[in-house]
Amino acid sequence: MKPVLLWSDALLFLLMAGVLVLVWSMRHEDWLRDPWRHVMRSRIGAGSALLLVVFLAVGLLDSLHYRERLPREAGPPGATAQHSGEVLSALDWLLTDLRTRTEKTYSAPLATHLYVKESMKGPDGREVRDYPPLQYPRGHLLGTDKVGQDVLYLSLKSIRTGLLIGSLTTLVMLPFAITLGMAAGYFGGRVDDLIQYVYTTINSIPGVLLIAAAVLVVQAQIEAHPELFDTAAARADVRLLALCAILGITGWTGLARLLRGEVLKLREMEFVQAARAFGVGRLAILSRHLLPNVMHLVLITVVIDFSGLVLAEAVLSYVGVGVDPAMNSFGNMINGARLELAREPVVWWQLAAAFVFMFVLVLAANLFADQVRDALDPRMERKS
Amino acid sequence: MLDYLVRRLLYALPILLGVNLLTFALFFMVNTPDDMARIHLGVKRVTPQAIEAWKAEHGYDRPLFINTQATGVDQVTDTLFVDKSLGLFAFDFGMADDGRDIAREIKTRMWPSLAIALPTFLVGLLCYVSFALLLTFFRGSALDRGGVILCVALMSISGLFYVIGGQYLMGKLWHWFPISGWQPGLDAWKFLVMPVVVGLVAGIGDSTRFYRALFLEEMGKDYVRTARAKGLSDLRVLFRHVLGNAMIPILTGVVVVIPRLFLGSLIIESFFGIPGLGSYTIDAIQAQDFAIVRSMVFLGSVLYIVGLVLTDISYTLVDPRVRLE
Amino acid sequence: MRSLLRLLPAFPALLLAACTEPPNNPYPAGQSRQSVLYSAFSERPKHLDPARSYSENEYVFIGNIYEPALQYHFLKRPYVLEPLTLTAMPQVRYLDAQGQQVRADGPVSFSEYELRLQPGIRYQPHPAFAKRPDGRPRYVPMDPAELADIERFTQFHETGTRELTAADYAFQIRRLADPRVQSPLLGFMLDYIVGLEALSQAIGEEAKRGARERFIDLERFEFPGVTVVDRYTWRIRIHGKYPQFQYWLAMPFFAPVPREAERFYRQPGMAEKNFTLDWQPVGTGAYYLAENDPNRVMLLRRNPHYHEDYFPAGHPDAGKRLPMVDEVIYSLEKENVPYWNKFLQGYYDASGVSSDSFDQAIRIGADGNPDLTPDMRARGIRLSTSVRTSNWYLGFNMLDPVLGGLAERQRKLRQALSIALDFEEYISIFLNGRGLPGQGPLPPGIFGAREGKAGINPVVYTWDGKQARRRPLADARRLLAEAGYPGGRDARTGEPLTLYLDTMDSGPEAKSRLDWYRKQFARLDIQLVVRSTDYNRFQDKMRKGNAQMFEWGWNADYPDPENFLFLLYGPNRKVGNNGENAANYQNPAFDRLFEQIKEMENGPARQALIDEMVHIVREDAPWVFAYYPKSFALRHGWVMNAEPNLMAHNQLKYRRVDGAARAAYQQRWNRPVWWPLVLSLALLVTAIWPVAASYRKHLRAAARA
Repeated sequence: MKPVLLWSDALLFLLMAGVLVLVWSMRHEDWLRDPWRHVMRSRIGAGSALLLVVFLAVGLLDSLHYRERLPREAGPPGATAQHSGEVLSALDWLLTDLRTRTEKTYSAPLATHLYVKESMKGPDGREVRDYPPLQYPRGHLLGTDKVGQDVLYLSLKSIRTGLLIGSLTTLVMLPFAITLGMAAGYFGGRVDDLIQYVYTTINSIPGVLLIAAAVLVVQAQIEAHPELFDTAAARADVRLLALCAILGITGWTGLARLLRGEVLKLREMEFVQAARAFGVGRLAILSRHLLPNVMHLVLITVVIDFSGLVLAEAVLSYVGVGVDPAMNSFGNMINGARLELAREPVVWWQLAAAFVFMFVLVLAANLFADQVRDALDPRMERKS
Repeated sequence: MLDYLVRRLLYALPILLGVNLLTFALFFMVNTPDDMARIHLGVKRVTPQAIEAWKAEHGYDRPLFINTQATGVDQVTDTLFVDKSLGLFAFDFGMADDGRDIAREIKTRMWPSLAIALPTFLVGLLCYVSFALLLTFFRGSALDRGGVILCVALMSISGLFYVIGGQYLMGKLWHWFPISGWQPGLDAWKFLVMPVVVGLVAGIGDSTRFYRALFLEEMGKDYVRTARAKGLSDLRVLFRHVLGNAMIPILTGVVVVIPRLFLGSLIIESFFGIPGLGSYTIDAIQAQDFAIVRSMVFLGSVLYIVGLVLTDISYTLVDPRVRLE
Repeated sequence: MRSLLRLLPAFPALLLAACTEPPNNPYPAGQSRQSVLYSAFSERPKHLDPARSYSENEYVFIGNIYEPALQYHFLKRPYVLEPLTLTAMPQVRYLDAQGQQVRADGPVSFSEYELRLQPGIRYQPHPAFAKRPDGRPRYVPMDPAELADIERFTQFHETGTRELTAADYAFQIRRLADPRVQSPLLGFMLDYIVGLEALSQAIGEEAKRGARERFIDLERFEFPGVTVVDRYTWRIRIHGKYPQFQYWLAMPFFAPVPREAERFYRQPGMAEKNFTLDWQPVGTGAYYLAENDPNRVMLLRRNPHYHEDYFPAGHPDAGKRLPMVDEVIYSLEKENVPYWNKFLQGYYDASGVSSDSFDQAIRIGADGNPDLTPDMRARGIRLSTSVRTSNWYLGFNMLDPVLGGLAERQRKLRQALSIALDFEEYISIFLNGRGLPGQGPLPPGIFGAREGKAGINPVVYTWDGKQARRRPLADARRLLAEAGYPGGRDARTGEPLTLYLDTMDSGPEAKSRLDWYRKQFARLDIQLVVRSTDYNRFQDKMRKGNAQMFEWGWNADYPDPENFLFLLYGPNRKVGNNGENAANYQNPAFDRLFEQIKEMENGPARQALIDEMVHIVREDAPWVFAYYPKSFALRHGWVMNAEPNLMAHNQLKYRRVDGAARAAYQQRWNRPVWWPLVLSLALLVTAIWPVAASYRKHLRAAARA
């Protein structure tokens, strides 16, 4: 076994580590801890947090990638150990049964026979057309898709994509939003003008067009350097990252504007004036005095944006500028399931699975976001 | 006022220039003019001469930003960028790469887009505000709690499900409306209802919750308490004072999106086969017709800036204390 | 307000229509019972100029508007050409370099085709032919003030017509040479039509001298390739022998275009209003384009001047005057799902069958032949099937170091893959049986293709006495081991073999298909990396030869083996030569044979050489011959004469429709289901109850406080 660290894995674990450090560092600060305690004490808050943790666990398991070692005897004697080019994850290993038990094509949830008739040799040797029995009867909780893959497995694999889009995008967005938003608010004048100019320009371009153009650029770059992306996983991964980066670069304007307004107010406050009078440097004022005071806005935006981004992935995949078409994602599932609704009898389980999984994830995120907002800033109104 | 408008206009120029630069840079990073020629000439039996001819025909045979062949000012002006983007500022969109006039296309496609977007917007505003008022009136009761949870649930469903589900039920299963398509004139109504309803339902959760928050904030203000202390009935307070005062943020928040209604909705239009500007844009992305993409981006930016100006103006209208300076 | 008042009398009629018509009828009330055909197009046509258009979805329209000299017989199979506007088939003479007639079997420098037109054929009504009382054209020169008021093409109120002449056919060939027209065929025809290149250059130079889009008199230039002998006769002279040339004469590229049309459209201000030949055709065909709104609808209406034309013999409708339908309405329908659903609702008269609706429509009978399901039959739907004159393949880039080249090692690897990729399964999953497994480059029905035992590809199949059986996977494994990759591992280094499939597939089905490919390669323990990309990137890779494996297909221009075998002809390769040989296959033996069969007439000698070529290609396996697609056409019982003819583009004139039956069916199939509406209204009413109740409670609480 040879561990593989995809870029997105690294970033995801980095993000997790960052969150853990943050939690660790504020474990003794009551004023920081209290709002969270408040969130956890409410039934909705605790419930949605639990759901999110389950999703996160699936996503993290799916981010521990490795390549299987190939049996040594197949190679020439004395050769070094070789590894499969297929990148698997810990989740794949746990779900080996689901992953490998494929049928030929559609089968309904917990069915015993395929959903499609086929010509077979009957017992009397005549050709009959009937539903062939499944290789794994009653083995597919949510049925199988067009090429016979287990839909439950596909749904579980899609979770990681949704989580990554929701979290990594904010990771890209935050540096832009925080530095530019605060700088605009604090320095004012030319800096403010310039930053406002940039975000008005970005805002004024219809979002989908900008994303479409950028995704095409990335695709061209991938094709220009095929040697860097030798496995299918690496190709899909870099496209996913690019999508996150683009969503981040186009998505920072809202938070930046919010921060700018807040900093404009704060910089006239006494404690900032005092710090300035004592000769504290600008960077120090920004990072030590202002940043902690706008942190709640940042946190609230991050949790609220999360659900919006998970939903956005589906729409972008429909337009054709989403994640790699070979990648497991809710958007790709919905996109494929659209055609299945036109079948008769209807193949509903893939659409239903995508619906339920996505709904639970986004609902949990939304409810959690509500609780966080109430706890951190009861008076903040939503800026849309 | 006039002074303000002129200044806003001047300020819009660098923004539009920036938008143009960005779209050009992005697009030509992906698509060389050769690629575009190949897309338009088709797959079979394309010769290099045909490609050169196509580029010359459509003016794509010049360098993008800097023309090293030319001298003096021409180095900058005799380029693809200047050639293709100057016209935009005069709203002369020129010909699409498939040889059809873009302005004409926009003029005809704008109406179906508006016919969907405007009712969705107006009826939506009415519905959402009424629902929000209802929830505010019963704030704290089981009805309110249930309503809010329903809202959160509704907004946790991807818009695609609303569209797919609506089309399946109303079109295929129940035979209420044509599944897709469009007729001009009065016959349009039967194609309109389904997309409008789907658009309305898709927006319920998000907007109702937003307006409810707005009303609740207004309810907490001192003047409302005074009014209620004076013995005014709850309904009266809600409609006369809360709605009246909350109208300002509602209207000013809404004004900015009005101009963009022209551009239509990408998803709804392409699902229901509405020949509007939204499906025009999607088709152009898929066909990589740069002339159209460029025009639509430009138009979108202009409409956005118009929205910003309208917002400023609407502030002065609803609140006389605000002056445009 | 006034317009509303004017509508008032129409209101009862509207109401009545609303009661008798199903509410989901997408067409104007009452239209269904008329002599109208409902069809759809999925993509807006790019070009309607017969010199430019080169795609099936555009031929659907212009094939019925323009009339080339020849057409394919509607009923005869294999496909046979017959005169359409000519009095007889073209006469071919072979000439030597001096222009003296020589025998066909000797050395030949030129071939000369003489075509003779039927007199009395007239064009559709069109403003380009409109005349003033004094005989001068009505709209040439165009008064700019008048043009400014014209927004739609129908606002040119005055129209005219004129008789079709040989000069119109000659004029169109000259148009092919006009570089401003950008005909995709120009590059290809330069090698054949005498003097075309010089003509093209001359026109190009002339065009540079003034405004680019102005009218240039194309008939002024010297052009030895085409001679107009008299009003009804013309001759085309081509280099060497090219028997396939007569197939080109049946394509819209060689349809007549009147010089008046060029004169009319090439006036200043016309193009800005989309009034161009590329957009508003002028033909002699059975239909003309009455409404051209590619965002919504394309409407073809019967050409009132259409010449005498009768249904061919050997059919119940034989001898009837054509066309038989007054109007054909093509609605824009981009997606498959609504198309199929509307077809089932009776709002489209015919449908291709997409794989997802297949089970609903068709079952395979006990004899293995497809048949309609009882449900479909009860609806009166008919099915017709035919194998398309096209092939699909998985190509190997022969320049690739791992897979390409003619060496033994690579050849065995390709053969192993050919066996392992189970396209029978592919056909059953993704095409629902609408395809035949490929046995070679030639689809059945094309001269040279063989059926039965003689037709199987022995590299991939064995004959079990009744049908072809794919060789077992063990054979593939053995070949793979012989190629140096036992168990999918490089015998020298032990590295796993990784192959790359390049695709531009990104539709909703893409993921399933790519997953299927991965499963297939995994059966040989080969790892497949799918490189999916957009159209441009894909084309670019193909041109540069950077792809390793790719999916590709070819749709025949004409039913001749040359049109398929040239896809493997070495000098025609993609890399470097920009040809159609996407696999960049080059085998000198094959190329030599190709040059021979190219000029031969069909017969046993040609068959023998083709057999040899097919054998070479099967052994070399530059393609996995995936499948020949079958087209399954469904149509409702009220549409007659829709037998598939895959070569003819002018089939609309043969169709017949029973409007009354259609209207009755539409009504029966589209009874609206109202209970959900009633239910939701009821729910709404009951929802008011708790609201009112809590309002009362609220009031009481307020009163108490």
